[in-house]
Amino acid sequence: MEEQVKNKIIELIDVTKAYKDTVVIENINLYVKKGEFITFLGPSGCGKTTTLRMIAGFEMPTGGKVLLNGEDITHLPPNKRPVNTVFQRYALFPHLNVFENVAFGLKLKKVTNTYRNEAGDTYQKKEHLSKAEIAQKVKKALEIVDLEGFEKRSISTLSGGQQQRIAIARAIVNEPEILLLDEPLGALDLKMRKEMQLELKAMHEKLGITFIYVTHDQEEALTMSDTIVVMADGVIQQIGTPTDIYNEPKNVFVADFIGESNIFNATMIANRRVKFCGKTFDCVDDGFEKDELVDVVVRPEDIQMVAPEQGMLQAEVISVVFKGIHYQILAKVGKTEIEIQSTKQKAVGEKIGINIAPEEIHVMKKEFTVNRFDGSITKRNTMEFGDGEFECDVTQLYPNSHLDEDGYLITAKGEKLDLTDVEVNVEIGMNNITMTDKSEDGGAQGNIISMIYKGDHYRYIVRTENEEDYVLDSEDMWNENDYVGLIIPANKIKLTLKKPEDK
Amino acid sequence: MVNKRQAIKNGVSGVYLAIILLLIYAPILLLLFASFSSARIIGEGGTFSFEWYIRLFQSERVMGILLNTVLLAVIAATLSTVLGTMGAIGIFYSNKRTSALLQGANQIPVVNAEIVTALALAILFAAVTLQRTYFSLVVGHLVLCTPFVLISVIPKLKQMDNNLYEAALDLGASPTQALFRVVIPQIASGIVSGFMLSITLSLDDYIITSFTKPATFDTLSTYVYNAVKNESKSDLPLIRALSAIVFLIMIIVVVVLIVRSSRKEEQSR
Repeated sequence: MEEQVKNKIIELIDVTKAYKDTVVIENINLYVKKGEFITFLGPSGCGKTTTLRMIAGFEMPTGGKVLLNGEDITHLPPNKRPVNTVFQRYALFPHLNVFENVAFGLKLKKVTNTYRNEAGDTYQKKEHLSKAEIAQKVKKALEIVDLEGFEKRSISTLSGGQQQRIAIARAIVNEPEILLLDEPLGALDLKMRKEMQLELKAMHEKLGITFIYVTHDQEEALTMSDTIVVMADGVIQQIGTPTDIYNEPKNVFVADFIGESNIFNATMIANRRVKFCGKTFDCVDDGFEKDELVDVVVRPEDIQMVAPEQGMLQAEVISVVFKGIHYQILAKVGKTEIEIQSTKQKAVGEKIGINIAPEEIHVMKKEFTVNRFDGSITKRNTMEFGDGEFECDVTQLYPNSHLDEDGYLITAKGEKLDLTDVEVNVEIGMNNITMTDKSEDGGAQGNIISMIYKGDHYRYIVRTENEEDYVLDSEDMWNENDYVGLIIPANKIKLTLKKPEDK
Repeated sequence: MVNKRQAIKNGVSGVYLAIILLLIYAPILLLLFASFSSARIIGEGGTFSFEWYIRLFQSERVMGILLNTVLLAVIAATLSTVLGTMGAIGIFYSNKRTSALLQGANQIPVVNAEIVTALALAILFAAVTLQRTYFSLVVGHLVLCTPFVLISVIPKLKQMDNNLYEAALDLGASPTQALFRVVIPQIASGIVSGFMLSITLSLDDYIITSFTKPATFDTLSTYVYNAVKNESKSDLPLIRALSAIVFLIMIIVVVVLIVRSSRKEEQSR
């Protein structure tokens, strides 16, 4: 299908970037259409800036290809690429004035001019732009960013917003095919940022060139973009229009990162019937199997409050916050919290009914249902897996077996087995792992890299030093980046012998 | 009461300051004073005269040595500034380990006793060429000055916004153009102070100079040192005048620098 898309200006094919052992970008595939405003969106450290820098040419991918208009530019240096960048902290040259900053690229540029000599033959000459041409172009660029007459000013006398505009003028004056913007509004205050968002969008329409924009601000991305690429952990989570990303998030990460959301664990009861919060709802999403465990997203503004007896769910209001345009209401259904946005005011303690229309329930495939690791048995009959070592019950590998005093396994038939170094598959349910502050008490240790609230519990991902991930559910609240130990009861570690074809 | 006590305090600290300054400057003032005395030996009486100054400018030998010294300082400072700046940029853009190693290596000649460096150089040249030449002298001064250029340039590179170089590349500059149009202007103040430091180091260096210079070549410091040591009395009074001139030039340079920097500070306010 992707083959049919014409006018791809930039295409990344299987692009990977690693620094020594750390992979920051993992096999990214994406294309940018000519003239579109595309935004790379994600939390800090997700690889969005690295991706942009590979398009600019400041970083070389360690694998894969970057194509510009179908040509391989993977190893082309930045000065040979028809792209210009607006840097996060502007990177204006402090020793040059405004004019000299904007003219920097023009003065370096060479154009081919055609002349006719006395004999009437034409010949071509590579020449720098004339002073008048440069002055003309600089003037025009400064007009576009609304800073006419600033030519003689020194950079240090400009405000942050003005510096930002000069940085944009310096980039667009070179008439690049693509303008790269690396969190350009990050250093501005809120009001200025909102103004610049609209101005950038207008500028994009006026110039007609491709904009590739990097931000961690989801609102900024939704406001400005034609296409949003949501990234996390060096991987693309979803590519789509702002409405697609908002209304049809592909997974819990996207749903949680973009906008406010209620995320619940749910089960498909039948086709287009999904059960969560103890009730079964109609929904409109196909493609799930019966009894499949899924995640459900409902946006707070899509929840209707009705009289208690008219609601599918009965809830009690536990907090109300006035937000200007709406009230943000937190209600409790049983043990599960639900966030609601409504223009109607409710009182704390009030009983309400809740209805959710079928088209407002968005069902997503679960990425994780169980933790799976490859493990091996140690001399002490413990298990090594997932960058740690845990106590476990090895007798479950052979029915009716037991261990003798020397640690050998005696099978039901009386065979004596030495299990040291035997490789097994390990499965642990997400409910069976607990975290502890005393990291040394855990069988493995790691940092919390993700937490998502699911109404009555949090889903955490803990990553160990050697990049093994544990996914677990917990009712307790921790913080991202907390360093924790992981405790798994021996009887909750499910072991199966590796079949020969697994190896 | 309090005012009185304060006044006494101020008086005491003023007197203390005056004594310290006097102790520092007394020898130099004495020298200035003596340079205008017609007496051959200081304290022998004599009258006020410009005799030594006149004889100084008439002495081809001393004028030649003065030229040697200045020329050597300019050559050594220029070369070590180029070398040191290139080195600083190289160190700054190399990976962390190499950078730490090279910066450490650069510290050694700075903290090392000069006599050790001088002796090592002398032995090296003896081993390589068996004689000392103007070349060995310049190399000696490069060894002396280059580490200081590195020390004054590297912090400027660290202060520089790293995106500036990338921005230049992004706007179409080749790495060389980016270096000369963006990086060098950003670190110019460090390069200039490295150059000035090298000039002063080279101008008054005695130890390395005397170990690496050719036998018949003299700079001001070796000449003065030998004149005093060998008591070739004919030249001694000339040196008084010469030292006075050097001192005056230094005073002028320092005053100009202070005035300029205080003016700049006022402007930036």
